[in-house]
Amino acid sequence: MSMPKMHNTPAGRVFDVFNFILMGIIGIIMVSPFLYIIAGSFATEAELTRRSFFIFPETFTLTAYQYIFSTDTFTRSILVSIGVTLVGTLVCLFFTFSMAYPLSRKTLMGRNFFMNLIVFSMLFSGGMIPGYIVVKSLGLLDSYWALILPIAINPFNLIIVKTFFQNIPIELEEAAKIDGCSEVGIFWRIMLPLSKPVLATFALFYAVAIWNDFFSALLYITDSAKWPVQVLLQQIIILSQAQLGDAASTSANFVEPPDQSLKLAVVVVATLPILIVYPFLQKHFAKGMLLGSVKG
Amino acid sequence: MEGLKAQSVETVEPGYNAVKKGSKAEVKSNISNIQRLKRDKWLYLLLIPGLAYFIIFKYLPMWGIVIAFQDYSPFLGVFGSKWVGFENFIDFFKNPDFFRLLENTFILACLDLVFFFPAPIILALLLNELRLQAYKSVVQTFIYVPHFMSWVIIASITYIFFTTSGGVVNEIVSLIYGKEINFLSSPEWFRPLIMGQIIWKESGWGTVIFLAALASVDKEQYEAAIVDGAGRMRRLWHVTLPAVRSTIVVLLILRLGNFLDTGFQQIFLMSNSLNRSVADVFDTYVYFVGITQGAYSYSTAVGLFKAIVGVVLVLGANKLAKKMGQDGIF
Repeated sequence: MSMPKMHNTPAGRVFDVFNFILMGIIGIIMVSPFLYIIAGSFATEAELTRRSFFIFPETFTLTAYQYIFSTDTFTRSILVSIGVTLVGTLVCLFFTFSMAYPLSRKTLMGRNFFMNLIVFSMLFSGGMIPGYIVVKSLGLLDSYWALILPIAINPFNLIIVKTFFQNIPIELEEAAKIDGCSEVGIFWRIMLPLSKPVLATFALFYAVAIWNDFFSALLYITDSAKWPVQVLLQQIIILSQAQLGDAASTSANFVEPPDQSLKLAVVVVATLPILIVYPFLQKHFAKGMLLGSVKG
Repeated sequence: MEGLKAQSVETVEPGYNAVKKGSKAEVKSNISNIQRLKRDKWLYLLLIPGLAYFIIFKYLPMWGIVIAFQDYSPFLGVFGSKWVGFENFIDFFKNPDFFRLLENTFILACLDLVFFFPAPIILALLLNELRLQAYKSVVQTFIYVPHFMSWVIIASITYIFFTTSGGVVNEIVSLIYGKEINFLSSPEWFRPLIMGQIIWKESGWGTVIFLAALASVDKEQYEAAIVDGAGRMRRLWHVTLPAVRSTIVVLLILRLGNFLDTGFQQIFLMSNSLNRSVADVFDTYVYFVGITQGAYSYSTAVGLFKAIVGVVLVLGANKLAKKMGQDGIF
């Protein structure tokens, strides 16, 4: 928002300059850790020990990445994360959109009841342990589905998609009806094609949520061969190497304790997909959040 | 939600026609419920997967709360386990852990309210004062980044920066202070680290909602204030702040309602055996006692206690807001 034209007092001008610099510093401070991590992952061990902070490595090396992609533990968990994210996104979209459409039809009997069911589940939840017991009794422990199904619908997203369907002009639907289109036909041939941009946006939302999800894997996956990247990251950096040694020795392939650049490279691998989609995220998430806050 | 009254146009089916003409009563008199179910059978079919999701993953766990009043054994199941009334709750209140958890949770929640809650507001107000739009969007692009990273990444980066074995922060600290500080495993540094992390991760993103509220301020109000001779501070105080006041109140209510929600992932990732005395909060306690030690009933009771306090808090905060002349959230 630009301010209306006004004459600025000297104090105001000082403030402007100060504010300009302060905002710049805050912005740089907030991204610099990521820049260091990326730079460090391409640097040599010697440089990492010698220099405490840098944004550009002096000597550029891919050793850390070569190591990552040559060991089973890393490649496997990266593949697990990619696979779960891809399948999970499709599943989440299916569940969300197939439920949002009927709920957007005002003539649907029981619509208010279903909506209340959803809203109540946003206010009160059974908690960690009952949720765990449900997943366990479904036999989903140590299954990749445990990383997808319990978070298949985000109620906020569901309500936003419902509102979107609601705002599609009714005439389109009626024209299709006159042409002899069935309800399913309307959903499939009219509503879904119209909602392509919305589908893309929510695909992004869900993909990021699933990629970043650590909680589900912590609760439901104990087999180290099925760890997604987030858990591997926790094992390597936060729980230190000893624990990784334990975990890895139970699986077929033992991983040597990682050195500094390797740690940074793993962080980059876990971060990169998010950074790649970031330009789209920034644009759509802000819109989605504002919509959600109005509706919710 | 019931906006968008459909305009009356040529229609195909009597059911739809009736709705467009008028009230719900009219619908009922025109077609029976059975006809409506039949007409919408495909819609109900579409509804099934989503409904199944809510029943299985949201409402089944809610029903599962009954194990808090049982001595639940996975082999006997919910139906076979013995009922013990409030025993699990009494055990918890008698446990010395209870006051430690309450204290840790309470302190973190208060720190959060004092240090983190105002951060996005201040940041948004300062961003709003930037004259150069292009510069403003660059800063926004930068400060939103951490929000999209997982807590594991945030915690990992914190470990990498604060570790005593070659972490950037400790290298600087030892230059100034002469020796290194073990930030990651000393109890007195746990809370500052948690606050620092959340401010880094979420304060930038938190500005989105305030910036939207600020953008909706009528520019004429500023012009009028200038004509009246209001300086920069007075414009901020009398025009800008009132514009975001209701947003602040709503977020404050939501925050008070979630007062006991100390982000599980963050605390879990930052706690270790050395700082556990200050790091243990209700959520992590439920995890350790429930999942790792298998005390399902007891930990469900702890979780339920926390959830009930949460509901009471949100209702109380909402009432308080209404008393203060604000709208509240429901």
